[in-house]
Amino acid sequence: MACGPDRVRAFLAATAHTGVAERSAVYWAGRVTLCSDPADLARYDAAFAAWFGGAAPRPRAPAAPRRARIAPLEPGERQESGEAEPVRAAAADEVLRHRDLADLGEAEREHLRRLLAAVRPDPPDRPAARWRRARRGPLDARATLRAVLRSGGEPPRLERRRRGRRARRVVLLVDVSGSMEPYADALLRFAHVVVRRAPASTEVFTLGTRLTRVTAQLRGRDAERALRAAAAAVPDFSGGTRLGEVLRAFLDRWGRRGAARGAVVVVFSDGWERGDPALLGEQLRHLRRLARAVIWANPHAGHGEYAPVQSGIAAALPHLDALVPGHSLGSLQRVWAEVVRLGGNATAVRGAEMAMTRRGAAEVGRA
Amino acid sequence: MGEWRSPAEVAAALDATGYLPDEGIATAVFLALRMHRPLLCEGEPGTGKTELARSLAAALGVRLIRLQCHEGIDAAQALYDWDFPRQLLHLRTLEAAAGGALDADAAEPSLYRERFLLARPLLRALREAPCVLLVDEIDRADDEFEAFLLEFLSEHAVSIPEFGEVRAEVPPVVVLTSNRTRELHDALKRRCLYHWLDHPDLAREVAILRRRSPGLDERLAAQVADAVQRMRELELVKPPGVAEALDWARALQALGAAEFDPERAAAALGAVLKYREDADRVRAAGLLG
Repeated sequence: MACGPDRVRAFLAATAHTGVAERSAVYWAGRVTLCSDPADLARYDAAFAAWFGGAAPRPRAPAAPRRARIAPLEPGERQESGEAEPVRAAAADEVLRHRDLADLGEAEREHLRRLLAAVRPDPPDRPAARWRRARRGPLDARATLRAVLRSGGEPPRLERRRRGRRARRVVLLVDVSGSMEPYADALLRFAHVVVRRAPASTEVFTLGTRLTRVTAQLRGRDAERALRAAAAAVPDFSGGTRLGEVLRAFLDRWGRRGAARGAVVVVFSDGWERGDPALLGEQLRHLRRLARAVIWANPHAGHGEYAPVQSGIAAALPHLDALVPGHSLGSLQRVWAEVVRLGGNATAVRGAEMAMTRRGAAEVGRA
Repeated sequence: MGEWRSPAEVAAALDATGYLPDEGIATAVFLALRMHRPLLCEGEPGTGKTELARSLAAALGVRLIRLQCHEGIDAAQALYDWDFPRQLLHLRTLEAAAGGALDADAAEPSLYRERFLLARPLLRALREAPCVLLVDEIDRADDEFEAFLLEFLSEHAVSIPEFGEVRAEVPPVVVLTSNRTRELHDALKRRCLYHWLDHPDLAREVAILRRRSPGLDERLAAQVADAVQRMRELELVKPPGVAEALDWARALQALGAAEFDPERAAAALGAVLKYREDADRVRAAGLLG
């Protein structure tokens, strides 16, 4: 429980008002000053009971907080629809786009790297707090009035304004445990491309037995060097995963401080959880409340027979905005379209998706 | 205002307005008044967070000013704005009076006067204090707005560039509510006293139903409350709140039911459950008898 000295002071001030003769008065004074989250309540009750003896004078335990979000999540739904239309891409590119990253030979990997280096994922955006002058939009009363004053009362040209747009933060969490090894290289390359495109609003972490921030390493221009640096920074390549614990570490150290706040968070993982699935579910619920949207990209979800039944992914499922495949270049592009869709305004989506394919194809053609 | 000497007196005052607080709510309100701190109420929808602010205003005998938050809310919607059409009209009048030549330097100060200022809820709360300011569903607003609110809550004042500072003589009593669809900033939470509202227990819910709907048979109230309490234990999409329980009781009353019978309860089920899946689940669980 985060109880700084200011909260303790508030508690003391509160007991000065309620008095300390009544046990329940002390209880409530402590509860409204020391707690700030439903999760604190049980801990507070335990601490209260330990200190003052007996059970806490609370009528009953609070119900587990629920999210009031009701749209059902249908993992199978997105697999058929929304395939980006390839524009004049070479047939080989097209085949490669849909090949499972785990099955590629060395030559194909090389080709894939060139394809990946050419994608231009535009970040999702959000309304900025500031307004900008614009040709169309709501009337800018202040500016119009100033114009009238300037012109000495001439009939005014109406000034208009619009909300500016800013890039929305994107957080990529890449599972680099043993079972994800065939995908890790391509996923980190993809992350590199995303970071290069929007360095100020993108964060990348690897998840394994521990959490590693690799954003700084991926900011470099050269993909090979960036990947070597990232790999050097990751102490636990191809180890096990304890997703729940690692996510908790992420939320404690980065999430609350702002990296996840309002961001679109993408978890690239197969959902093989060796730790406690309940902990993973809890952390994802928390993550979803901090984030704008949580997307889970699972390499196995690209296969027809896939069902989200592994303990990890099953615990995560209720807290996701989308579960999407993440096994091929094509599916990564769809992941990004989903990031833009969930993170920004709906009209930007088509443009973003097309920009990736069209420009990407054009540049590969030139190369 | 706030001359109540104990949580029990707060409880009695709220009770007199038709709101039945438990000890936790009464203590939270008592402390918020004594310590001049905003009260942040979180809890499931339908546990009476908004109603608490309304009843508190009634109990204090002051006005309730409500700010409903939404995504993209900004200072112009929350704090103040200028009445542009009237300002323009004013300029026109000056121009006509001066025979078509407007002296801009002289005209400008006259534009930013009190009478052209449109006070939005936060500014009104400062000017009309003592009052209760309800900042409803703060979790719907953006981070930026939360930060903006922080300044307002700690200073109890706003400065308007063309006009000067507006400061409350008595700080307004502030109640913030959140449905927890989004995590609030720790900085905001630190400013506030925090109270988590649960659904009322059976006895209190029966008392609330009877208080809020005069003429409701005691046994019917108990049966409705019991059924609603058990509904909350099923994994429903939208578990019923107190307001839904009240609607259901009133619907049964309107159907002429002296006591809870399966047929009427089912016929009026739409008053308490808002999803077909939930209705199916409740029927399957045999809650309708």
